[in-house]
Order: sequence, then structure tokens, then C-alpha cells
Amino acid sequence: MLILASNLAAARGQMAFTLGFHIILASLGVALPAMMLIANYRGLRHDDADALKLARRWSQAVAVTFAVGAVTGTVLSFEFGLLWPAFTGRFGQVFGVLFAIEGIFFFLEAIFIAVYIFGWKYLSPWAHFWSGVPVAITGLGGAFSVVAVNSWMNQPQGYSPSTGDVTSVEPWKVIFNPAVPYEVPHMILAAYLVTGFLVASIYATGMLRGRRDRIHRLGLLIPLTVACIATPIQFAVGDSAARAIAKDQPIKFAAMECVQQTSTDVTEYLGGRCTSSGIKGGIGIPGLDSFLVGWSTSTQVTGLDSVPPDDRPPANTMLHLSFDAMVGICSALIVLALWLGVVWWRRRDFPQSRWFLRATALSGVASVVALECGWIVTEVGRQPWIVYNVMRTSDAVTQANGVWVTFALIVVLYVGLGATLIIALRTMSRRWRSNDAEEEVPYGPDTSPPPTVAATSR
Amino acid sequence: MSAANAVAAILVIGLTMYAVFGGADFGAGFWSLLARGERDRRPRELIDWAIGPVWEANHVWLIFVLVYLWTGFSAAFEAIFSTLFIPLSLAALSIVLRGSGFAFQHTARRAGGRALATLAFGLASVLTPFFLGTVVGAIAGGRVPTGNAAGDPVTSWVNTLSLVTGTLFIATGAYLAAVFLVSDARRAGAPDLERYFVRRALVAAFATGALAAAGLVALHADAPVVFDGLKGDGLPLVILSAACGIAVLVLLYRGARRGTRVLAAGAVAAVVWGWGVAQHPYLLPPTLTIDDAAAPSATLTGLLIVFGVAVVVVLPALGLLFTLVQRNLVEEMPAPAQGGAAQ
Repeated sequence: MLILASNLAAARGQMAFTLGFHIILASLGVALPAMMLIANYRGLRHDDADALKLARRWSQAVAVTFAVGAVTGTVLSFEFGLLWPAFTGRFGQVFGVLFAIEGIFFFLEAIFIAVYIFGWKYLSPWAHFWSGVPVAITGLGGAFSVVAVNSWMNQPQGYSPSTGDVTSVEPWKVIFNPAVPYEVPHMILAAYLVTGFLVASIYATGMLRGRRDRIHRLGLLIPLTVACIATPIQFAVGDSAARAIAKDQPIKFAAMECVQQTSTDVTEYLGGRCTSSGIKGGIGIPGLDSFLVGWSTSTQVTGLDSVPPDDRPPANTMLHLSFDAMVGICSALIVLALWLGVVWWRRRDFPQSRWFLRATALSGVASVVALECGWIVTEVGRQPWIVYNVMRTSDAVTQANGVWVTFALIVVLYVGLGATLIIALRTMSRRWRSNDAEEEVPYGPDTSPPPTVAATSR
Repeated sequence: MSAANAVAAILVIGLTMYAVFGGADFGAGFWSLLARGERDRRPRELIDWAIGPVWEANHVWLIFVLVYLWTGFSAAFEAIFSTLFIPLSLAALSIVLRGSGFAFQHTARRAGGRALATLAFGLASVLTPFFLGTVVGAIAGGRVPTGNAAGDPVTSWVNTLSLVTGTLFIATGAYLAAVFLVSDARRAGAPDLERYFVRRALVAAFATGALAAAGLVALHADAPVVFDGLKGDGLPLVILSAACGIAVLVLLYRGARRGTRVLAAGAVAAVVWGWGVAQHPYLLPPTLTIDDAAAPSATLTGLLIVFGVAVVVVLPALGLLFTLVQRNLVEEMPAPAQGGAAQ
């Protein structure tokens, strides 16, 4: 039993680590092509050479991050079997079609990234722009498919019987499960928000170092505008998601807010430490939690005591603080968006103060932290279930020994992979600055020839 | 054909694509690992040029196979990935190492870093197919019972059949890559490199043939279901594979290069299909059949529809890309053998 318990901890650790890594690359894969296309459109529409240059550079960054994301995605597909064989063995036939659909989107995205990169040379400017549009669309489709699987784990339906071997599946009910309407938009907006702030933060850092040319200004403004539009929408979507979770997954919500007893007029706590006797520390606002759930302080909020201790999520303090951090960062980013919006409205330019650049430079890391916190909330908050109220994570985990070993090796290799990616991107950026030579990138035509597909077709 | 059999056939299609295109990729890594000295600098450059900035896109096929396996035949997926935890974990780790190595090879500034990256890339190119091969050997040998880690974690894949199959996978990739590189060398206008890779293609072909023969002996001893299948329904495919293999040898030996790549790919594809036919109707011999493991019919229908859509949507897109790539090839031929590389 002890060995099994530790196997579960190792498997959860490995899954959290590899997914936490992949989710950043996946967000870039979803949203960076859109930034690239906006720059491309601007370049063509307004005959703006700087914008075109940005589009070309970002297309190279898209190719590099996509290639690394393909590797980390491959690892995740292995982990469905290596870590959670009993989960996939029972429910793979239920949720798997979504991954098959995702496969099409992934394949198309890979192909059109290559087409777009080759297209810089061989397509007319507008045809080239349109060849990039499928990249952004397939990114959205892929995000939908993958997040829909996670939504299904939160709100399982569309299969029977409810226990034992699955003998019938209703794919539409699986695909459009009740958590999809709030979880999918929340993740897609998160991808745009994170990518926007991350890219903007890189250019803001450059400007703080004195590089104030037009490329940097545009490179800051395009992604920052996208992110600043996405942020308030995200706040509203996240707010309605929290209300839906209070209804659909009340125990997750209780853990997020540290609600011990089911009651009305529940206090909303910001920060603090969760204990079984209630929250310690933190700022309490009486009645607000009930109000947020049902627009009235008399709304009843389900507490953790409504289920046996074995059915409650672990690490309540971490969950609560992750939720608060996510909401807090999103609120701070809204302030940044307002700052930009007001100054732009009055002066048709972004704020020139160093404080604005500093805040923008910080926003990239902050948004990644918010992304990871949100992921923690939804995943740890679902525990001890891998399929909510249907299958326990401890029943899904592999009986094979040695997960601690693979976890350790994965961490080492991913540190290498992450370092490689950052070095590759930095090398590219240095070359961009020193000259405008085209780069050798995955899927690209320049120094050497065909991408896979050429190899595959000859 | 039942829906379950159709999905199983799609799985074999995916495996074929991965064996041919992924195999050639791994094989290129194998040759770059062997070509390490200063003397072998040019072959290494040719390999780099030939793989180009491809990176890991070929894993699409592997992911495709995994997804179709776990969706269509969830119980088989559970059994394979839990019993064969060790070789499959090692294969996944090798894939990460390979991706990392290849990326760094192209960005590393210092020679030392680059050499290390090349080494990682080469080693991972050998380890990945080897471990995947031991998995296939374990399945064919009937060592993967259904359930969560119900089989032996070690002897299921450390046995003669698995080890021979693993080695055979390395050799097959090396053979494919060498045949492809002969054509690349020709395209690059480098007769010496052409001879270099012809020699290696011939050696690899003999090694592959010998390992395949050893594999048959091991199958006879270890995997009666598959062996009987190869003697029976699979026999035409075995003969086809051998015929393609011999034809490649003859063509290479006589210096006629046209058709070698298609024939070499055909030899590999025929073996994959031969295995599939031989094992039919078993997914995990000697007990779990395709029908036993098959998902409910709505799921199978979903998989078939998705495959149909993929063919209709992906093929034209691939065609567009291929046209662009061809134009690129026609316009510029930056090859190591042209001028610069001779220094």
C-alpha cells in the first residue's frame, strides 16, 4: 500500500510537471499564430515593412515552439498509458474520439505552419496571409478538442453503464459535456492572454534596455492590445465559470474558497490558510462568497463537510491560494489594460513612462503564473477523482513500479529541453538584431530543404 | 469488414507510415552517430542537409497510432502501456532527448555543445526504435496479458524475440535511411557520398535480412500464433517484402538508382502488413482478439469518420506543401557537395 501510495504521488507529480510545461507551449501554439497574422495583415494593409518583419520573425518563433510542443505532446500521449492505464483502459473509448479530432487539427497546423513559412518566398503576399489563417483556426480547434476531454473528466457523461465495462457511448454528449461552455473559452482566452503579455513583455524588456525603435514599439503594441482585450473578457468568463463550478462541482468550489460547512451568508476570504476549523488569516468579506455564487447573501454554499474526508481534495491551502493568485493577477492585468486604454484614448499612443514598461515586462511572467494556478485549481480541485465522482485517481494509476525514476529523468530532460528552447529563441533574436538574415527553422525552406513531408513524399 | 477490423487496419496504416518515415529518420540519426570522425564530416553534412529542419513532425504518426489504439481498443492499450512500462518510458524519454539534441545541434554556438547534442541525437535515434521494437516483440510473443501491469515488467520485453525485434527495428531504419541518402547524395551531385551510402545500404540490407531470419527463428520458438500466421495468410506479404528487398540490392549493386526508395519502403511496409495479417484476429496474442477489445460501435464509427475527414482534408494540404517544397528544391540546391563542402 505504501508503494502504491508513492506510485500515485509520483504519477501525479510527473503528470503535473509535464502538463504544466506543455500548457505554456500549447498556449503559444494557439495564440502566437494570431499575433503573427495581425502583424502580417497590418504590414500588407498599411504597407508597413516593420510589421511584416515582425510577422516573419514571429512565424519563426511559432515554428520553433510548435516543434518543441510536438515533443512534449508526444510525451503526454505516452503518459495516458504509462501513468493512467486503468483510466484510459476504461474510458479511452469514451473520450478518445476527441483526441482523434485533435490529431487532424494538429496535423493541419503542422502542415500550414510549414506552408506559411515556405510561403514567405513562394506565395503572393495575400495568398501567403491566407495560408496562415488555417494555423490560427486549427489552433483553436485543437484547443477545443483537448480541453473538452478535460471538461469531460470534470463533468463525465455520454456512456453506459455507469459502473464496469463501457458498452455504449454517445459521442455528442461526450464532446459537448456541461463543462465545455465555460472551460473551453476560459482556456482559449488564457492562451491569448498569456501569449499576448509574454510577447509584449519581451519587447517591453528590450525597450527598458534602450531599444526604442519602431519594431519594438509595434512588437509591444500588437500583442499587448490583444491581451488587454482578452483580459476583461477572461475575467467575466472566469467569474461565470466559478459560479458554474459551484453548481456542477461543489466540492472543488468549496476547496477553492475553503468553505468547511454548508451554510448561507458565507464569508469570502482573500488569502489565508485553510484548516479543518476554518480559515486562518486572510481578509474576510462577510457574505460575499454567497453573493458571488447566487447574487444574494442568503445563497447556500456547499461545504467540504458535505462529503466524507476521503472525497475531499488535498492541499486546500494551495488550492485556495492558487485561485486567489489567479484572480488577483487577472485583476492587476485589467488595471494594466485600463492604463493602456485610457492613455491610448487620450493620446493615440501607449504610456511612455518606464513604470508602464516595467509593468508590461512583468505581465508575461505574471500571466504564466496565473495560467499555472488555474490549471492547479481545476486539476487538484477535482482530486481525489480522475473522473469526477466516477473513478478515483488512485484506481487509475499504473501498477508498474518505477514512476519515481521516470519522473526524475523527465525533469532532467525537460530542463534540458526548456533550456534548449530558450537558447534557440535567444539566438534567433540576437541574429535578428545583428542582421536580417533569414533563419534556419524547423519546417523552413532556407538553408536546407524539405520538411518531413518532402521526405515522406519522395 | 467489421468496423473493429477497419479501425485495426487504420492502425496498421499508421504503423506503416511511422515505420517508413519515422524509421528513415531514426536511421539517419544512426548513420550520423557512426559518422563521427573528421573523415566522416561530409556524410554527416549530407545527413544534416537531408533531415533538414524537419524536426519531430514524424511523431504525428506515432501519436496517431496511440490515439487510435486507446480509443478503438482501450483494453489493449492499458495492457501494453502498463506491462511494458519500462521500454515505453525509455522510448518516450529517448524521444525527448532526440528532440532536444536535434534542436541544440542547430543552435549551439560552441563546437563542444554541438558535438554533445549530435551525440544525444544519434544515441536517441538508436534507442527509440530499439525500445519500440522490444514492445512489438513482447506483443507478438504473447507476453502482454490484459489488465493493469499484469505481465512481467522485465521478462516481457527482455527476451530473445524482443531483443531481436528491437535490433531489427534499428537495422531497418538504418537500411531505409541509407537507401534514401543514396538518392540525396545523387541529388546533391556527390558521387563519393553516393558510393559511401551504397556500401552502407548494402551492409544494412544484409544485416536486416539476417535479423529478419533470426526473428523468424525466434517467432517459431516463442510466438506460434504469429509464426503460423506468417506461414499462412501472411506468406504472400513475406515473399513480397523479400522480393522488394532483393530488388533494391540488385538495383543498388548495378548502380541504377531509380525506384530504390519506393522498393525499400515497400519492403518495410510489406513486413508491417505481414505482421498485422499474421496476428489477425488477435490484438494481443494469444488471448485478446480485435473484437474482444473493440470499443462500442459509436466510438468505432467516430474513429472511421475522423479518419475519412483526415484523408479528405489533410491530403490536399499536404499536396499544397509538397508543391511549395518542390519549388524550393528546384530553385535552390544548397548541398554540402557543392563547392563549399569540399574544403
